[in-house]
Parts: sequence; structure tokens; C-alpha cells
Amino acid sequence: MSEEVAPHTHFQYADATHQSDTAVAGMWLFLASEVLFFGGLIIAWMFCRHWQPAGFDAGGRETVLWIGTLNLFLLITSSFVYSSGLAFMEAGNIRRLVQCCVVTMAIGTLFLLLKFYEWHIDLSENLFPAGPFKITGTDAGGARMFWSFYFVATVLHALHMIIGVGLVGWVAVQARRGAFDDGWYTPVEVVGLYWSFVDIVWIVLYPVIYLVGRG
Amino acid sequence: MSQIVLPQSQISYLSDGVSLRSWLLTTDHKRIAILYMISITFFFFLGGSAAALIRYNLLVPQGMIQSAETYNRLFTMHGIIMVWFFLVPAVPVTIGNFMLPLMLGARDLAFPKLNLISWYLFMAGGACALYALFSGGIDTGWTFYTPLSSNYAQGHVAAVVIGIFISGFSSIATGLNFIVTIHRLRAPGLTWYRLPVFVWSLYSTSVIFVLATPVLAITLILLLFETLFHVGVFDPRLGGDPLLFQHLFWFYSHPAVYIMILPGLGVVSEIIPVFARKELFGYKFVVWASVSIAVIAFFVWGHHMFVSGQSLFASVTFSLLSYFVAVPSAIKVFNWLGTLHKGHIRFDAPMIYAFGFIGLFTMGGLTGLFLAALAADVELHDTYFVVAHFHYIMVGGMVSAYFAALHYWWPKMTGKMYPEMLARAAALLMFLGFNVTFFPQFILGYLGMPRRYHAYPPEFQVLNVLSSAGATILAAAYLMPLVYLTFSLFRGDRAPANPWGGLGLEWQTPSPPFTINFVVTPVVTKGPYEFPKPGIEPSDV
Repeated sequence: MSEEVAPHTHFQYADATHQSDTAVAGMWLFLASEVLFFGGLIIAWMFCRHWQPAGFDAGGRETVLWIGTLNLFLLITSSFVYSSGLAFMEAGNIRRLVQCCVVTMAIGTLFLLLKFYEWHIDLSENLFPAGPFKITGTDAGGARMFWSFYFVATVLHALHMIIGVGLVGWVAVQARRGAFDDGWYTPVEVVGLYWSFVDIVWIVLYPVIYLVGRG
Repeated sequence: MSQIVLPQSQISYLSDGVSLRSWLLTTDHKRIAILYMISITFFFFLGGSAAALIRYNLLVPQGMIQSAETYNRLFTMHGIIMVWFFLVPAVPVTIGNFMLPLMLGARDLAFPKLNLISWYLFMAGGACALYALFSGGIDTGWTFYTPLSSNYAQGHVAAVVIGIFISGFSSIATGLNFIVTIHRLRAPGLTWYRLPVFVWSLYSTSVIFVLATPVLAITLILLLFETLFHVGVFDPRLGGDPLLFQHLFWFYSHPAVYIMILPGLGVVSEIIPVFARKELFGYKFVVWASVSIAVIAFFVWGHHMFVSGQSLFASVTFSLLSYFVAVPSAIKVFNWLGTLHKGHIRFDAPMIYAFGFIGLFTMGGLTGLFLAALAADVELHDTYFVVAHFHYIMVGGMVSAYFAALHYWWPKMTGKMYPEMLARAAALLMFLGFNVTFFPQFILGYLGMPRRYHAYPPEFQVLNVLSSAGATILAAAYLMPLVYLTFSLFRGDRAPANPWGGLGLEWQTPSPPFTINFVVTPVVTKGPYEFPKPGIEPSDV
């Protein structure tokens, strides 16, 4: 009665495709909940900005534009690299997939290093909203609130990045061990969805953090 | 369809390993459901003890407990534990976890490991909250309104918030798992309109889990940030807005209120056709009523804020939208009555609980309309009327539904029959005790007794004593199932595969089911409630 089934297939699935499509669906749904997570943050942000635009703009002008912009390009590039890796995987080229993963991780790590450096600059300029604060006067309240949102948003995004770098590394290790073949590479696809999502979050955060106040 | 047949496929899930490890590291949805059941039972009696102390305090006008501080901490503990650690996981995550794959003809949920992780997240969140509640507690109420929870925070607000944040991820994981499972793991022939209504209600609940819980998560993060660093997103002195917190909080928590009733509506829709031996009246209406309740849930949060100072336009809009909720709710009640009409009704314990549910849910729902009306709400806001209203829905409704589900599926889950007469007595006692406890609170609220006060004017004493007396009856009624269900595990008669003559797929498995649920995937050819014409006894499966 028992039939030959791929080793990765769990017993509740009819076949590997059934399982793979299900995993991808699960990741999309998870990303939907992530949209609501960051969406809630951005709604609150816009709401607060609406009441004190001058303070938020004054706060926004203190951000380090070049690091934010560079990081934007880095992340878009990383998504491109990882997607290329997935395309290589689909073509059966595991060696190239591993290389793409390594490059993606390197770019992700660079992003994080730049982010840490940026936080260092922010903190040394007294931009953390609690305690002594760089901006004084009528705009201080709004500017502090801008920096509250800034730190909550960037720390949450960085946590997502750290998890993402870990996941891409895990894909690379699995790929090297020969866990994937052209019939089964679901994790590569699922991690790719996650990575692109984290990238998109930054694309949304970038104008809100760096550009709106300078407009 | 190719399927893997595992060697241990013919073993009941209960005998498939007896070590602690085989339970704590299981990925079997049925065992995880049992783990949840043990956890929420613990939380239920803990939250219940807090409630008992609240009712004890309110026996005399000046309060039996001397300190208002202690009283505040007690009702906060009661609210937090009951909402997040009992009501939210009770029917969907506990009963749903067990029954969903069985009802779909699936061998497990789509992501079994995620299912186990979600239980551990739930326990971690629970541990965090318990630590805070026992090392002094907090006095903010379960709603954490700022600035009481930030500038004026006493006790471990941060720890409780972190606990709820973590358990929120458990909800998201379970909701995600359920939605994907319902989409992807239905047995052949099990089309959407052949799904049992309970599955539809789990689906609707899961949508709320996945889409509302993350908003609570980010709100709690902002609250935590504000509490820890004393910066103000919600603090008006620093340019923030406390109403923003209420908006964000209720954007989650109002849909969450429907997490606490939708699965109950599903349970009752399962039980009534079986014990009336009649097809569910208006199946599609019942189904779409569940879905529309879930959708409308996202657009009514402002009715918690009629007196918070939101604009009149917003209040009128939210009031109107809140009235809309009554439409699908009423559809359900009328369709149950339609199902009962000319049915061959059996008064087994699950059915008695279901009857209790219909009555109490209707009362709770109708008083909801009073509160949705702007003018009436100004009078009734934050009085015992509100307390009575939501207890009719959550306790009278959801807890009744939980016990209905527990009795209905107990033979399937454990392989044992419970003592029927005791169960019927407990069901009746629960209905009685509930009404004696909470009906006086409607009157108290109407007379103007505010909620959350540890003392009250002497003229309210009679009704308060009545309410506390009812609470003791209710407590006894809750302890009864704990005793006789536990007893039945050891001494109960063996349950047949299908004790009630149900037509769902879950009754086609043995009691208790095999580890892999179905050795051969069933093929579905008809709807879940197509009972034979009245008068003809169904043949047992």
C-alpha cells in the first residue's frame, strides 16, 4: 500500500507539490500579518505627525540621509541577488544558489553594520527621545516623538533583518549539504518571500524617515 | 491519491507513547489540543478565583477587602487571564486544534511544528503574565489605557504586556495554521459549502487572529517603549494622544471580542442539527453570517469610545456600524430556531448547554444594541450594565459553548463517555447560576453603579449580594465537570465511534482517533447535516 514519496513530504500531504504550495501560502499569510504589524506602526506615526508636522519635520531633518539612501540601494540589490539565486535553483544550479545566498548575507550584514553606525551617530548627537535632547524649543515635542517612532521602527526592522540573514544562511548551509534538488526547494522560495518583504518594509520606511521632513 | 501509510497508523493517539517527552515534543494536533486544554483549565480556575474574590468583596457596600488597590489588582488579573489565557484560546485553539483536521478529513494541520511552537509561545506568555500578576499585580484593567498604564503605572505593567505580546504570536501562528489547513487539506469532495459550520467559524476567527493581533502587538510595543523610556506617543504632555492608544487597542480588541464568540456560534451550529436530527436551516446564511461578523468586527471599534471625546460624526458612524452586527447574529439565532422547529429534539448535555447558549447569547446581543445607541451609552457607559452585557456574551455564550463542545466531543477526544445525568445537572445549574449572578448586574448598571469600584452606596447591596450568591452556584457548576469529566477518564464507559449519530467526518474515526486520524483519506459526497427524514432512526456508523 505504501508508495514511493519524496522524503521531505509530511504524512498529511498528498505529494511534494501539495506540501510546497501550502508552505508558500503559509508564508504569504504570515506576511499579511506583518503588513498589519508595520501598518499599525505607520498609521500611528502618520496620525501623530498630522498633529505636529513642524516638530516631525525638524526631527526628520536630523536623520543621516546618506546612510538611509545607501541602505535602500543595498537592500534592493540584495533582493535582486537572492531572487537570482532562486532562479538558479529553479534551473538546478545549486552552486550559484549558495553563492547568491552568501552575497545576500554579506549585503544584509553590511546594511546592519551601517544601521548600527547610524544609531551610533544618532545617539552621540543626543537624538534618543528620552533624556537630554538635541532639539529644543517649540518643535521639541514633535521631534522627540519622531525619534520615538524612528527607533521603534528601525529596531523592529533590524530584528527582521537579523532573522532574515540567519534564514538565508540556513538556506545556504542546507543547499551545500544537498538538501535541495530541482524537485524540492520550497525553503528557498519561502525565505525569498520573507527577505523581499523585509526589503519592501525598508522601501516604505525610507521616505517616512528620511524624505518627508526634508520636503 | 498517493498517501503514506505509517507503521503505527492503527494506534490510538493516546497510546502512541506515554512518556512526558512524547507529549511535550509531540506534533500531533490532538495531543497539542490536550496540552492546551490542561493549560486553559488551569487559567480558567485561576481567573475564576479572582472573580470569586471580586464577588466576595462586593458583598458589603464598603467592600470586604479593605484596600481598593487590592481590588483593582484582582479585577485586572481576572480580566487579563480570562480574556487572553482562557477565552481567546478556549474553543478555537483547544477544541479547534483537535477537531479541525478530523472534520476536514486531514491527517494533521498544515504546519504541525508551528502548532507545537504556538503552544510553547502561549505558555511562555502565560508564565510572563503570571509572574507579574503574582509579584504584586497591576491595576490598569485588562485594557491598559494610558496614562494609567504608562505615567502612573504601578507594578509590572511591562511584564504583563510582554506576556500578552508573546501569547499574541501564538494566536497568529494558530490562525495562520488553520487558514492554510482549511484551504489546502480538505478531503476530496469536501467543497467549501460542504464544510461544517464550525470549520467556517474557525476560519473567520483565524482571519481575525492573523489580521488584528499584529496591531495589538505594535500597540503594546509602543506602550512598552513609552513605559520604559518615558517618551510619549500616548502622553499629551509630550504631544502624544491617549485616544490613539484606545483606537489602536480597540482595533484589535473589538475583533478579539468576536474571537471570543464566533467559535461558540460554530459549536452551537454543529450541535443543534445533530440533537434535533434535522438539517441545519439556511446553511449558507449561517456560514456567511460568520464571515460577515468577522468583517464587520474590524469597523466597530469606536463604540468603545463614545464618551472618550471622539468626534460626534465618528460616534454616529460607529454606532450605525455596530447595529449592523446584530443582523448576522440574529440570522444565526433564527436559523437555529428554524432548525429546531419540528425537529426530533434530544436533551443530552451538549444540547442543554447549546440551549443555554442561545438564550444567554440573545440576551447579551440585545443588550449590546442598548450600548450601541449613543444616548443610552452615555448613561450606561462604564456601569455594571456593560459588565453584565459582555459576561452574557463571553461567559453565558462562549463558556457555555466551550462546555457544550467539551461534552459533545469528549467521547471522541478521550474515548470515554461522561456521566450523562451529572452533566445535565451541571448544565442546568450553570444556566441558573449564571443568570442569578449577572442579571442583577443589568439592573445595578441601569441604576448607575459604576464598574471597577471596590465600594458602592448601601442601596445597591441587595442586588450585589444576589449576584455574589449566584457566583457561588456558578462556581459549583464549573467544578462539577472538572470532577466528573476527570472521573470519566478512569471509570467512564468506552465511547463508540459515533455516540450522537453525527454526520461529520470526525465521527468516522474511532474514539479516540488514530495518531494519523484517517488510515485512508475519506471521500465526501454530501453535506455535513443531511440527516435522514424525521422518524427514521439513523444507522450507527
